[in-house]
Amino acid sequence: MSTRSRWATCLFLFFFVSLSIIVLYPLVGLLLASFKPATELLRNGLSLKLQTELFTLNNYSYLFSDAGRKYFFWYRNSLVITSLFTLLSLLLSAMVGYGLAIYQFKGKNILFVLVLVVMMIPVEIIILPLYKLTISLQLINNYWGVILPFVVAPLPIFFFRQFASSLPKDYLDAGRVDGCTELGIFFRLMMPLMLPAFGAMAILQALHSWNNFLWPLIVLRTDDMLTLPIGLASMITPYGNNYDMLLSGAVLSIVPIVVLFAAFQRFFISGLTAGGVKG
Amino acid sequence: MRVVSTAVPHRKITHTLRSLLYSQRFAPFLFVWPFIVTFLLFFAYPAVNTVVMSFQLVLPGDVRFIGFENYHKLWNAQFRQALIVSTKYTFWTLLVLIPVPLVLAVFLNSKLVLARNFFRSVLFVPALTSVVVAGVIFRLIFGEVEGSVMNTIVGWFGIPAQKWLFHSETGMLVLVLLASWRWMGINIVYFLSALQNIPKELYESAEIDGAGVFDKFWKITLPLLKPITIYVLTISIYGGFAMFTESYVFWTNNSPGDIGLTIVGYLYKQGFEFFELGYGSAIGITLLALILAINIVQLKFFGLFRKES
Repeated sequence: MSTRSRWATCLFLFFFVSLSIIVLYPLVGLLLASFKPATELLRNGLSLKLQTELFTLNNYSYLFSDAGRKYFFWYRNSLVITSLFTLLSLLLSAMVGYGLAIYQFKGKNILFVLVLVVMMIPVEIIILPLYKLTISLQLINNYWGVILPFVVAPLPIFFFRQFASSLPKDYLDAGRVDGCTELGIFFRLMMPLMLPAFGAMAILQALHSWNNFLWPLIVLRTDDMLTLPIGLASMITPYGNNYDMLLSGAVLSIVPIVVLFAAFQRFFISGLTAGGVKG
Repeated sequence: MRVVSTAVPHRKITHTLRSLLYSQRFAPFLFVWPFIVTFLLFFAYPAVNTVVMSFQLVLPGDVRFIGFENYHKLWNAQFRQALIVSTKYTFWTLLVLIPVPLVLAVFLNSKLVLARNFFRSVLFVPALTSVVVAGVIFRLIFGEVEGSVMNTIVGWFGIPAQKWLFHSETGMLVLVLLASWRWMGINIVYFLSALQNIPKELYESAEIDGAGVFDKFWKITLPLLKPITIYVLTISIYGGFAMFTESYVFWTNNSPGDIGLTIVGYLYKQGFEFFELGYGSAIGITLLALILAINIVQLKFFGLFRKES
């Protein structure tokens, strides 16, 4: 290694370490704040000083007291909605993407253009009629009302289509010769080959569902049906925030998604690259 | 006799069903039906409906066409404010969230950076938080009291304590910082995935021709990143103009002097607080026209409509 590149390496290391500290600070700050008394935060905000002498577990014990019971309803709702949404969305979007990539049929190009149209038009524009529709389908304040309208998602379809078009076609013929149905070929032969794509999309879709705000805010109406982001947001009021619930609740709400990311992250970049999201 | 007569059609039906499962002409439908069904029900129908509703007065039991009245109503100070806030926000987020992640991705793709994978993961971590969680912590960091994190930091430079979320400029600054923090990692991943698809031979042959680091960046990397840049630009324009949650979390849907009022915030307020569904739809259609117009100009500017690309 030349002296020049050694200097560059050190400079880069210093740069990225500093950047990482800045980027991680808000999360560290959240963790620190969750150990501070809510009254202190209301009065003096979050200070740069550590003030370890003030640290308390009160915010966490509040969550586990009677007053915090609804928090665990929100947690359950978020877990159920995110799992159902992610599983269904991966299965259905993979089927559609695969169908668009593998078969030649009339209207195939129109369908693909429609996928791109859905991708480009913000959902916010249709939420009012979608809300009316959800009322007439009697899906208001219901998990399915949150899940169904967006479960067949354009980005995963697009991605799975890119991925599936690079799959070896020999498997198709081999499967047909061996007497497999077309669905059987998909489930038994092709799906295992698409695992990296499933890994990447699982993170993306779970993340999207876990953190989704606007649509669940509209569909979910009663306190026990809210998801974590909506429930936590309801703790922010113009008359002062319920920091005792807000901060410990926020910390615990990040845990599942961090675990998921840690488990799948090695698929993440490799999966995205293999699929070639080239825009 | 009777047994046979019912058994035969039955066997016939199962036979046709079975052959359908094997038919390659029927197979595409087995796969694409979820999209067709959800597209028609949850996209096409509401989309048509929103256009129709934007020309209507929608009250319970009283729905009638009122022509362009909803669109005339849009000419007011509040909507103009929402337009300004959304446009400013989009402008600043684009200015930060395209070039910075692009350069960082190029760095993170270079062998000169140690522990590349570690830094990639660290920069992606903020994307795991919800806007609500991020908003809560940014509210605390940018608190208005003297001892808050940001006021302490600006204090070191002799700047007096700010009431960050009570003024239009500093409020916008905090919004843009929050967006940059949450989106940086995602955009880096997009650029990285494109960088890894650039063949190494291109750089090698450029080196043989005597090209330096900057030559390689301007003449190979940037042009080959064009498609992904257009993609990131398109979704960022969309995301910028559709922003709502960030300002909802900062100001609980009512900011002082509407400094945080966005177009979707205005739509939400009209639709779900005042139940003005017709007027809300007109706001939505205007937003759609705006995004489409900007994207068409952008795509034209980048020459995407030319045949060669």
